[in-house]
Amino acid sequence: MTVPAIALEGIDKSFGSVHAVRGVSLSIEKGAITGIIGENGAGKSTLMSILYGLYRADAGTIRVDGQPVQMDGPRDAIRHGIGMVHQHFMLIDSFTVLENLILGAEGGPMLAGGLAAARAELARLSRDYGLTVDPDAKVADLSVGEQQRVEILKVLFRGARILILDEPSAVLTPQETDRLFRILATLKERGVTVVLITHKLREIMAATDRVFVMRQGQMVAERRTADTDAEELAELMVGRKVRLQFDKVPPHPGEVRLSAEHLGLVDGRGVVLLDDIELALRAGEIVGIAGVSGNGQTELLQVLAGIRRPTSGRLVVCGRTIDADHPGDPAEMRDLGVAHVPEDRQRQGMVAAFRASETSILGYHELPPFSQHGLLNGPAVGAHCARLMERFDVRPRVPGLRSSSFSGGNQQKLVLAREMAREPKVLLVGQPTRGVDIGAIEFIHRELVKSRDAGCAVLVVSVELDEILSLADRILVMFGGRIVGEVEGSRADERTLGLMMAGAGRERDSHGR
Amino acid sequence: MTLSRRPLPAWADIVLLPLVNIALAFVTVGIIVRIIGVDPFHALSLLVVGAVGSPESIGYTLYYATNFIFTGLAVAVAFHGGLFNIGGEGQAYLGGLGCGLAILALDRYLPAWLMIPVGIAAAALFGAAWAAVPAWLQAWRGSHIVITTIMFNFVAAALMVYLMVNVLIAPGSMTPQSRGFAPSAFLPQMGGNALNLSLLLALACCVAVWVFLWHTPWGYALRTMGHNPEAAVYAGTNLRHMTMLAMCLSGALAGFVGVNELMGVHHRIVLDFPAGYGFAGIAVALMGRNHPLGIALAALLFGALQQGGAELAFDIPQITRETVVLIQGLVILFSGALVQLPRPWLQALFAFRRP
Repeated sequence: MTVPAIALEGIDKSFGSVHAVRGVSLSIEKGAITGIIGENGAGKSTLMSILYGLYRADAGTIRVDGQPVQMDGPRDAIRHGIGMVHQHFMLIDSFTVLENLILGAEGGPMLAGGLAAARAELARLSRDYGLTVDPDAKVADLSVGEQQRVEILKVLFRGARILILDEPSAVLTPQETDRLFRILATLKERGVTVVLITHKLREIMAATDRVFVMRQGQMVAERRTADTDAEELAELMVGRKVRLQFDKVPPHPGEVRLSAEHLGLVDGRGVVLLDDIELALRAGEIVGIAGVSGNGQTELLQVLAGIRRPTSGRLVVCGRTIDADHPGDPAEMRDLGVAHVPEDRQRQGMVAAFRASETSILGYHELPPFSQHGLLNGPAVGAHCARLMERFDVRPRVPGLRSSSFSGGNQQKLVLAREMAREPKVLLVGQPTRGVDIGAIEFIHRELVKSRDAGCAVLVVSVELDEILSLADRILVMFGGRIVGEVEGSRADERTLGLMMAGAGRERDSHGR
Repeated sequence: MTLSRRPLPAWADIVLLPLVNIALAFVTVGIIVRIIGVDPFHALSLLVVGAVGSPESIGYTLYYATNFIFTGLAVAVAFHGGLFNIGGEGQAYLGGLGCGLAILALDRYLPAWLMIPVGIAAAALFGAAWAAVPAWLQAWRGSHIVITTIMFNFVAAALMVYLMVNVLIAPGSMTPQSRGFAPSAFLPQMGGNALNLSLLLALACCVAVWVFLWHTPWGYALRTMGHNPEAAVYAGTNLRHMTMLAMCLSGALAGFVGVNELMGVHHRIVLDFPAGYGFAGIAVALMGRNHPLGIALAALLFGALQQGGAELAFDIPQITRETVVLIQGLVILFSGALVQLPRPWLQALFAFRRP
């Protein structure tokens, strides 16, 4: 066997009392695509941060090309030919591609020639790896997929032969993801070693040659991708059997609970955020809003929840009409029976410094029994929180614990439990399972379907297409602040949705004739 | 790295850390006092005796502490709402004006049992109104409250000088002060000197602020706004109204300094009675961790420093008023800006004790 590109031996890392990585060993084959899969918090990002020199391991050895190395920082990693593409791009929007490329490479050996040399090098990289980007384009003008290509070029520009990608598809449409995988395949042909970190089974199956599975800080399995399947990997990740698809009875839509007519939102600078939104949400159905993040879903949820007021059109919620002159506010929407699980629970749905019991009444704190005669009823709040924790299996079951001490999945369950506690007429859910582990995803999905079957009108906004596909009875696709398509849930497939998400539907409309 | 950075136990965090901070401040003060040629231990003993050595000095310490409690609470209430109220000085000034105007207008007609509550209410009202303007400017116009409250301190001072010199000055008086209040507006003394019933008002305010912040839905909403404004909006809180509420409460609390000073001691409207209490309130709140109990304790310390420091300056010629201000400044520095300095040491100590 040839010498592996990277070998980790007995890597161990603790943060305080959290044992994040426990004696992990793995070897990454040269010139292949290796996947590392695991749930959120399984330790895969920590492991890669150790490899990239961002954290120092408590114990263990790192070998690059068979030689033991010391990683004291990203600079060491770069010197050994390791490059990392982060989930969130580290690009400066107002700079050109070329300017971004040399940024932060000051310490590297390639900078010497300045921009002209960088331009020549970029041309060579583009030619060799088939990564075409206009060097003089401003990053702000590039699509998300192209920006990611710039990130990859940046890493290659610094001389990386080993490329680590952390959740690269989080911001991409399925088509852009496929294109990324083709790029990775080309890189592999040219001898670049690729490490792909993801929690998406489909991507592992589509792109990798070999896959490592992490669970609770340990490496639990290694498979050749060809010899395994998604079910087996899911089971290895979670440690028990998981049903990836679940059955639900057909919906029985009832009366319209929430409808939007020509709803529009323009911000203070005149940017159109929502454009002529038409939608009707009925009791007993789940409507899914699909789209690449940043296409107006966030603003739509804010308007529907009463946080922002629409600038044109109107919204009818359980008989109340809301428009630019008659704005609603979140408290009133709650009174009308609209519950809202916000997209970003850390920033909106909870207060990190509050106890779980305090978070469990956020938005309902002025209602009895929590508030009586102008005083908060502490025991009632605590008992309420304990009930929610019991019913939604929030762990640990300690109402007095700080909200930030709970894991993402448990925070989300607490927020969901709070919003579902009053049996709302309309339930708005943004990114129901972002940063939530598989076990909790299953639970959250079941609860959403249960509440639909109980007659609630549910609107789910998610950038995870799999989630929309498995939950929604009807799917609306948003692009550029508009709803560009509607598909029956049972008839939807990833390809059509993906094309709509990329705005293909709209282009056909405007250029078709 | 071999030390695991375990968090400190709660008691060490709340009690030990501030004590270490104060000790560090006093060590530094001792070095400075040594440099100017005074025996630090002698100075310290004078300071302590001056602050708590006799019933009279204890009375003064508590009287000063009363002011620090009011301004400390004022800063804390705003701070829990994410607002930095630097305008305690001006709000205290205006609180005194309100209290004084009400008394000058009514003290001939009202009996004490009515005059005193009216004076207190007027102080709260004027203090709140002075804080409401910067609050409104921030909530509706986006002017930063730190800037506007600072500027309002200057406006308050200028306004008071104008009023005292031109309008409220007692006829025939050479000093800019109003006529004396009628005895019905005198707050009852507690002991023989400056200490008066305001101390009880201050302690009642501590309890009220504690109940408000942690046991009412409005306090809950206010703290939500302070920790996470987006979550507060999501919860249906109107941030503008909540900003107004927080600042008005803060201003009212600061305004009570006027009650202690004018109704309790001077018995007339005078100039410059806030004397830096508004600013010191920031340090008191910081040291008291924005909790009413902590603020009461920190106010006691600051009151003792004020009183003991005055005695010190009186007894030792090398130590001037300014040196006393320096001592206070160092306590503020160590227990405010450098509050986290000894934390790693204590953590190391605890980690060593319990491996």
